[in-house]
Amino acid sequence: MEIARHWRLKAQRYGLVGEVCPHCEVKIFPPRDLCPDCGQEAREPFAFSGRGEVYSYAPVKDAPAGFEGNAPYTVALVRLDEGPLVTAQLTDLGDRQPQIGMPVEMVTRKLRSDGDRGMLVYGYKFRPSLAAV
Amino acid sequence: MHDPITILGVGMTPVAEHWEISLRELALHAMRRAMEDAGEVHPQALYVANTLAPILSGQTHLGALLADFAGLNGIEAMTIEAAGASGGLALRQAWQALRAGTIETAMVIGVEKVTDRVGAGLDSALSAWSDADYEAVHGLTAASQAAILMRRYLHEHQAPADALAGFPITAHANAVGNELAMFRRAIRHEDYVRAGMISEPVNLYDAAPLADGAAAVLLGRASVARMPDRPAVRVLSTASATSRLAIHDLEDPLSLPAVAKSAERALQAAGLSPDQIDVLELHDSFSIYAALALEASGYAARGQGWQLAKDGAIGRDGQIPALTFGGSKARGEVGGATGVYQVAEVALQLQGRAGPCQIEGAQTGMAQCLGGSGATAATTILALDRGPDSS
Repeated sequence: MEIARHWRLKAQRYGLVGEVCPHCEVKIFPPRDLCPDCGQEAREPFAFSGRGEVYSYAPVKDAPAGFEGNAPYTVALVRLDEGPLVTAQLTDLGDRQPQIGMPVEMVTRKLRSDGDRGMLVYGYKFRPSLAAV
Repeated sequence: MHDPITILGVGMTPVAEHWEISLRELALHAMRRAMEDAGEVHPQALYVANTLAPILSGQTHLGALLADFAGLNGIEAMTIEAAGASGGLALRQAWQALRAGTIETAMVIGVEKVTDRVGAGLDSALSAWSDADYEAVHGLTAASQAAILMRRYLHEHQAPADALAGFPITAHANAVGNELAMFRRAIRHEDYVRAGMISEPVNLYDAAPLADGAAAVLLGRASVARMPDRPAVRVLSTASATSRLAIHDLEDPLSLPAVAKSAERALQAAGLSPDQIDVLELHDSFSIYAALALEASGYAARGQGWQLAKDGAIGRDGQIPALTFGGSKARGEVGGATGVYQVAEVALQLQGRAGPCQIEGAQTGMAQCLGGSGATAATTILALDRGPDSS
């Protein structure tokens, strides 16, 4: 069980909360407290819109432990509208083939499960943007 | 003026599914061979390169375990861990201690025992090389991460679907002559094109097979060498660097900045330019990393690395022979031991002991290994010692 480990990331996992640098205004996700651009302290929370587009993606057939129930699934790098790239699964694709450049939006879904009695970890995934359909 | 640091001896096991032997026995085989090869020089310190034993074998504290098992009672010993770059990093630590003069001999042993675990547990262990909180938790795997990069590479550079075929074709062709290799069988372009997908666009031949293996390199000051008739090989320089661990944190995920820094530093310290390297051992756990590493190391412009494999430039008769014993793709992928295999292979090339894999006249060689998707890179440059006049 790793309850504290996932609990402490709840703002990131459920709300896509990162940071904005008060010095150079760059938006940061995941939060890292030191601005990756100017190197100064950046601890001001910033909630991302959850909108972005697919930078690249790949299918997973042989899933790691905890993800078997979800396989096959698609992992991707998503370029958020505010700038950062984020690693996440694509979901709700239906019959659609993912594409580089496809507009997507964040949803909250189950990420992994550790057996019948284990913890369920929830967090962000991205689905094709409804507005774009 | 430093007394040169030289390779005293090397030892490697076959890369294979060694069901019958354990991690410690595998390491012992390689260490024994290296000590025999050196004329029974015994090391004063042991640097273990390993990344998977804590997860796959439930075993940490490998320094004491392996020093004890090899009969090297009482010596200083430790593990150096940096995912797939562990071997290059361990070699650098040993080299630095020798240069500092605190010891005169050191053994670097790279070992991975992966077949004690099969299935989803193995995939989880490999995911631990990425960012656990922001990559692995999303079900990202080593293969899918390579596939994300390869898809973007082919897209951005408008390269054909078979652009990377030259890497596994070269690796397999070279492994035919390596009796320690896992796959000693040449493949053809048609085989690559027809291969099944592991994680599209990464196919079976773009992904190196993970297996058990151990390689040892015994290093020491030139004055302690016991094999006077063998050409002396110097470790001219070692360098390592890091970049952001998660690929989503890189400004350009196709750029491998740690590779660029480590190659530049190592070449500069050796006083060589990329075109003065005669043999190149590249990191090809997935063929996309070999293409990106060629670009980051100064061998090709951005987006052009694949051309070197397609045009045969990295082949045995090319301008820069690479993966000369089969690389990770055909020799077999050995995780944290990779960098030690590479340096042992380069040493054999320079000494003219590479057998059917020999690249004639090779006098300089570069070995480069990557951790995970390239967040750590280690580059080692070796050269044939031409006597007291060489710098």
